[in-house]
Amino acid sequence: MAQKTKIDAEDGKQEVQIEREFDLSVELLFKAYIVPVLLEQWMGTKVLKLESKKHGSYRFETIDNNGNVVFNANGVIHELIPNHKIIRTFEMENAPFGVQLEILKFEKLTDHTSKLNIHSIYESVALRDQLLALPFAQGINMAHNRLQDVLSNLK
Amino acid sequence: MNLRRDVFQAIADPTRRSILLLLAAQSMTAGAIAANFDTARPTISKHIQILTECNLLHQEQSGREIYYHFNPKKMKEIAEWLMPFAKMWDDRFNKLETVMKKYKSKK
Repeated sequence: MAQKTKIDAEDGKQEVQIEREFDLSVELLFKAYIVPVLLEQWMGTKVLKLESKKHGSYRFETIDNNGNVVFNANGVIHELIPNHKIIRTFEMENAPFGVQLEILKFEKLTDHTSKLNIHSIYESVALRDQLLALPFAQGINMAHNRLQDVLSNLK
Repeated sequence: MNLRRDVFQAIADPTRRSILLLLAAQSMTAGAIAANFDTARPTISKHIQILTECNLLHQEQSGREIYYHFNPKKMKEIAEWLMPFAKMWDDRFNKLETVMKKYKSKK
């Protein structure tokens, strides 16, 4: 299946654009971002706090299968216009990635379809590139672990 | 004889990939890197040397210690470097769509 998410990361810039169209009304799409129980389900993280309003703040916690905290993230909501826009900061705690500014634009296409554009701005070009490369580094390592699992099962 | 090093050769080895992953999160000294592996220290040093030779790692002197940094710029020479990032978001958004469709039908 083709990917529906478009990533625009121009070389030498400290920003990224993520764009995606959904088979959901813009109201439902927006709800996925502001209702804790819903956000928990699709982000796969625990929501410790989520004040979905201007000047509110949030904090997420991700736990692995053994109950260990993998990471915490938090941020402040700068602007929240229902079904249109969220401006917030995002920062992983105890990680050297700095803070990022996220501008989320929600757009109605039809009654049953919508579009989300996330504009993320990082502290530097180097930090942006490092964060974009992280899933790649994790991916090759996971593939390597899977290979190891297969090999050790053969023993 | 010193063969020409390239990024593909560098990431072909599982130990080197693990080193890259470690350094993707933080810069470390060779000793700290080696402490994460059962392999002999000189073997790890050799891997670090190969990664440094093809610019996937940067060295930085800090007092008496040499710290190794991950160099994402070089990683970008691997054409698919951005694909896992895109896939991570695509998977997440697919899930969002599924969760919200279920939520809608329950109402």
